[in-house]
Amino acid sequence: MEVILAGAETPAQSRQRPDSPPLLHATGITKMFGAFKANDGIDLAIRPGEIHALLGENGAGKSTLVKILYGVLQPTEGRILWKGQPVGIPSPSAARKLGIGMVFQHFSLFEALTVVENIALALSDRKSRSALAREIEQISVEYGLPLNPSSVVADLSVGERQRVEIVRCLLQNPELIIMDEPTSVLTPQEADDLFVTLDKLTARGCAVLYISHRLEEVKRICHHATILRHGKVVSECDPQKETAAKLATMMVGVEVRKLSSDLPPPQNTRTRLSVTDLSLPQPHPFAVALSHISLEVKAGEVMGIAGIAGNGQGELFDALSGERTCDRAASVSIDGKPCGNSGVTARRRLGAAFVPEERLGHGAVPRMRLSDNVLLTRHSTGDHLLRAGVLDTDAARQLADRISRSFDVRKGTPDPEAGSLSGGNLQKFVVGREIDRQPGVLVVSQPTWGVDAGAAAIIRQALIDLARSGSAILVISQDLDEVLEIADHVAVISKGHLSPSRPTSGLTREEIGLLMGGMGEPLTADRGALHAG
Amino acid sequence: MTGLMLEGILLTIITAATPLLFASIGELVTERSGVLNLGVEGMMAMGAVIGFAVAHSTGNIALGVVGAILAGMAMAALFGVVTLIFVANQVASGLALTLFGLGLSGLIGDAFVGVPGAGLARVSIPGLSDLPVVGLLFRLDPLTYLAVAITIAVSWFLFRMRGGLVLRAVGDSHVSAHALGYSVIRVRFMAVLFGGACSGLAGAYLSLVYTPQWTQAMTAGRGWIALALVVFGTWLPGRVAIGALLFGGVSILQLHAQALGVGVPSQFLSALPYLTTVIVLVIISRNRALVRANTPAALGQSFVPDR
Repeated sequence: MEVILAGAETPAQSRQRPDSPPLLHATGITKMFGAFKANDGIDLAIRPGEIHALLGENGAGKSTLVKILYGVLQPTEGRILWKGQPVGIPSPSAARKLGIGMVFQHFSLFEALTVVENIALALSDRKSRSALAREIEQISVEYGLPLNPSSVVADLSVGERQRVEIVRCLLQNPELIIMDEPTSVLTPQEADDLFVTLDKLTARGCAVLYISHRLEEVKRICHHATILRHGKVVSECDPQKETAAKLATMMVGVEVRKLSSDLPPPQNTRTRLSVTDLSLPQPHPFAVALSHISLEVKAGEVMGIAGIAGNGQGELFDALSGERTCDRAASVSIDGKPCGNSGVTARRRLGAAFVPEERLGHGAVPRMRLSDNVLLTRHSTGDHLLRAGVLDTDAARQLADRISRSFDVRKGTPDPEAGSLSGGNLQKFVVGREIDRQPGVLVVSQPTWGVDAGAAAIIRQALIDLARSGSAILVISQDLDEVLEIADHVAVISKGHLSPSRPTSGLTREEIGLLMGGMGEPLTADRGALHAG
Repeated sequence: MTGLMLEGILLTIITAATPLLFASIGELVTERSGVLNLGVEGMMAMGAVIGFAVAHSTGNIALGVVGAILAGMAMAALFGVVTLIFVANQVASGLALTLFGLGLSGLIGDAFVGVPGAGLARVSIPGLSDLPVVGLLFRLDPLTYLAVAITIAVSWFLFRMRGGLVLRAVGDSHVSAHALGYSVIRVRFMAVLFGGACSGLAGAYLSLVYTPQWTQAMTAGRGWIALALVVFGTWLPGRVAIGALLFGGVSILQLHAQALGVGVPSQFLSALPYLTTVIVLVIISRNRALVRANTPAALGQSFVPDR
């Protein structure tokens, strides 16, 4: 597998914002939901041929603005000029007629239908399926988006699904494409492919409105940035001239706290989580088999597991949490007690806690209230939420409140459904629910996936603080910067193999990248070389 | 067994299968749009009683059929308003619709109990109907021809026409369909109405062709069988048609077996159609990929657009 380091390479050409009259100019856009102003007098000018970043925390009003531009929502006030002419955008099809296309964050594809059928649904002209299939093939070659028109979407990978969305967008000859966090679901390699496609698009004068939480990525590809906070435009800038930290500060409004791990990880402490020679076959044909995985996490330290998506991270998490058990009890031990063959609750009783990657549906039940979601992982961990088998809803509600307070979970009502929280707030809640227990061992996967800078800082600090109080933390993350920032030791997972762990201090992202690519071979040979470098 | 008797058995199998085919094809279209209407039995009962009443009072069977279609659609419209516009629970509303339809049809039909009805004449297709054995396939009543035509048309519509693609898309993910600018509620309402019209036809077939008379609860659970056939046929019209013939066939054959005095308890024979259907259902469901590909993912989920 080719090693791709997102952000490591900068494009050769300088990114100059094109100097032309705006293609789309929105002025004074205000959107009220009841008494709440989701957008408050927003001005936004997008020029042809530019990649225009729209930045802001979760809940800053980005999605609302984008929905207004795509005709899904109607603004309460304000007007939109398209090529200098005032226009109304009453529906998505009106937006598409103007030349505005959108690639959604949560894909708007139909899983049971084929690629051609999905694309035909978005086109207003009714050409034959075979003619359309030819056109799809032509576009996919032109823009480097390989696709098989007759595959069923359910069988496609996330990256391929995004290609379907993009091709669908391109077939409508759009002049402006709105992309809502397009890389949040992609591997670094897929993201790089996407950037190449975006460059081809802008070279033809197409404009892109680009929403992302990944500031390094915005700095790398965007010509201009508009920053929203609390529904207002707070700043416009050239992202290449700013540091990521400065951008984050503009988004959050206060300086994002630098993580403090002044305390070095304690030395020679006892091992709290140990995995020895864990092997598990593939659960299904698209999964990765785990082979001979061994690791140790000591009290007081954060261990990071880096790796490109789909190399066994999910399978490893399932094996550690007990969602999949193995025959040999000794393969996983928590505080010295073998538990490889026991399930999730038994492992929780030993003092372990687990935060899975998907917060909706795996970490939390969307249609259940926060207080009920608290019960799901803490029903038998000595929190007295059950009295003789009967739920103590008051205690659960108080616990949910305590978690919300200490992790700054912002919610509309005192005890809302989990699905009504924004992604970042729910993630704070899900991580907070486990940390609040002060578990001896915490295994967390993608702790800050799709979470804004402010919330990410809170979560990462909480993980470090928990470790320094004597717990053992294992963080599985595809975000290299995150691993380098919070982990004391790092190991790399690749095709179900785990490298020996190494101290993070002095290790650069390039070195980890090499590990990602050079996995499978024993690492003792190149260890010396890396240390010398 | 004489050839005449064999022909008679085949004919009864086809007439037993036709109302099931009508009802299940209608429900198939409704479910493909993502709506689960459990009120098929009630809509059929209303179709049967209104069809009989109109045909009896006007003396025109065609008008009776039209009346049955309209009655089924009126019931479906009621269901559509309640579940699609007022977003009530589809399962509960469907069950209520069945109870309501059975009760109301009993009330309306009270005056018609025991009244002899005029059956629909068979139509022979010249030339073809004189062929040996298969000839009987061309000496059927016009509604059976209509059922076959509807099955073929629905199959063509779903998989060859744009409207069918939109319908399947709405049933697969209403959120995505809405995001693309399709009116989820309108598509679903039309699908529900079509389902109602077909159930009405199924009812008319029972009271005007199968047993030309009205008796209370004459649908005898056929609406539920039709619902099961949709699942059994994995939401594919061709398979649903085979299922209808299979169920109709086994129920007729077991009747003949009982008449012939086969040494098997009659209770077992009566259970045979259900048993056969369940077994075939289990066998078909083993192909998980096919079931997954054709099951409407949004089935039974209410849709509320945000504004």
